[in-house]
Amino acid sequence: MSILLSSNFQWVFFSTLILGIASGLIGCLAYFKKQSLMSDALSHAALPGVMIAFLLFQEKSFLMLITGAYISAFIGALFINLIKSTTRIKEDSAMGIVLAVFFGGGIVLLTIVNRSSGGNKAGLDQFIFGQAASMIGSDVLMMTILALLVTVVVIVAFKEWKLFLFDPHFAKGLNLSMTTMNGLYIILLVLTIVIGIQAVGVILMSALLIIPPVSARYWTHSFKRMMILSAIFGGLGGAIGTTISTQGASWPTGPFIVLTLGSIFLVSLLFGNKKGLIVEWILFRNKQNELEQNSSLVREGNS
Amino acid sequence: MNVLEVENVSAAYRKNTVLRDVSFTIKQGSLTGIVGPNGAGKSTLIKVLLNLHPQLTGKVLFFGSELKNVKRRIGYVPQRVSVDWDFPTDALDVVLMGMYGQIGWLKWPKKIHKEKALKALDIVGMKDFAHRQISELSGGQQQRVFLARALIQEADLYFMDEPLAGVDAATEKAIMHILRELKESGKTVLVVHHDLQTVEDYFDQVLFINRTVVAQGETEKIFTKENIAKTYGGNIRWLKEGVGFVNSPLQ
Repeated sequence: MSILLSSNFQWVFFSTLILGIASGLIGCLAYFKKQSLMSDALSHAALPGVMIAFLLFQEKSFLMLITGAYISAFIGALFINLIKSTTRIKEDSAMGIVLAVFFGGGIVLLTIVNRSSGGNKAGLDQFIFGQAASMIGSDVLMMTILALLVTVVVIVAFKEWKLFLFDPHFAKGLNLSMTTMNGLYIILLVLTIVIGIQAVGVILMSALLIIPPVSARYWTHSFKRMMILSAIFGGLGGAIGTTISTQGASWPTGPFIVLTLGSIFLVSLLFGNKKGLIVEWILFRNKQNELEQNSSLVREGNS
Repeated sequence: MNVLEVENVSAAYRKNTVLRDVSFTIKQGSLTGIVGPNGAGKSTLIKVLLNLHPQLTGKVLFFGSELKNVKRRIGYVPQRVSVDWDFPTDALDVVLMGMYGQIGWLKWPKKIHKEKALKALDIVGMKDFAHRQISELSGGQQQRVFLARALIQEADLYFMDEPLAGVDAATEKAIMHILRELKESGKTVLVVHHDLQTVEDYFDQVLFINRTVVAQGETEKIFTKENIAKTYGGNIRWLKEGVGFVNSPLQ
């Protein structure tokens, strides 16, 4: 129990909670842009940026590494767009190419960093799997600012996001700038990813963006409620996963967060009151019984 | 008065030129059917005019002005299949989207806006479905919701991309009734249309398109055997005098 009261645990707990909320919201946007895979590609694309930033400055300043990650992921996004718009290659293939090449490049750079002398390079490889346990007050501050920014942008332009996601052509007809909306969306997505990879790593980050909205979709038919639920699920995943990971010695945080999210998804898939499998099955059976009773009544009436 | 002037417009998808030297004018208060075979560039034409697809050459004037100055006065009903109807929202909410320009960016819709949206749904006969999930609506009902969303824009010039595609007879009648009312109140309507048999009943103007303008003018004068054959390349079987339908080249 004592570990739950330690200040280190509280920092980690709050930062993963807030990170979960922010990625739940942004994940909803990605879900309806049909770009769930985009988050995966961009988080992998962030890795070479982290390594280059370290090679250039030879220090592990959080801000430096995050900036490197941001630039690298953003270049990844540009490449995906470039490939999509100038060649016949489809978006999913473009994402696959960028994901693999950037991640491969990142691993090569990581090897070079580890072989080179100088600088305190211990812990750099934790960007791959995340390193939530080492987070401190300044990290929490950063994540809080991010979550607030994301929430404000989503709430203030709520109806614009809805129109942008549902019918971009019509939105353009109404003079809503698609360049602005697309730009804002990519900036927020990349920002959430690079801040999140410190906690859960480049490989698992996409789970935080993909699973909450998919789970929320099983509980509601309203865009607003789906956003709120997705944020709650993301926050719960972060908080519960972190708490579980403190129960054992050096249990990893990221994987437990993802497993918690996976459980939330499983429950939603089965019990979700809008599209859940069990609800669908009960509705089906009820209708079947109703029709059978009706037809047997008709038969009795005829005899 | 001309509400739309199109001069030498061309457009392409990659290497394929889909539209070449398209020129025509549209008078205020007309109801025009845009007719042509599949792949003739009808939808592309609308998209190019509304700047949703890049325009290679030419000039387009709306109300004697550039598009960006008069966007408020133009309504657009895209093809029903162009959006994902599984999006979590209801019919009323989709209609409200037509008012986003009037509500103002970054502002939330108020009660008056919702009442107005309900009224628009009533006009298209969908009031009872206001809070129905859009995924649970039939194709015809979805089309009516799209129409209501355009009506609420209170535009002066409407572009509709196949509003009658895949709807039943009752919906087709209801939609055409609304289009005629729009015309009678002085609005101008352009409709991409597929069914040659109803062109004479529905439209007072017709625009034959096949990569370019084949013929244009009053339906009575222009909707002739010759023009249809010219547009569809001769693959026509005649049902009755002056009206035919397109034969598949496979037959």
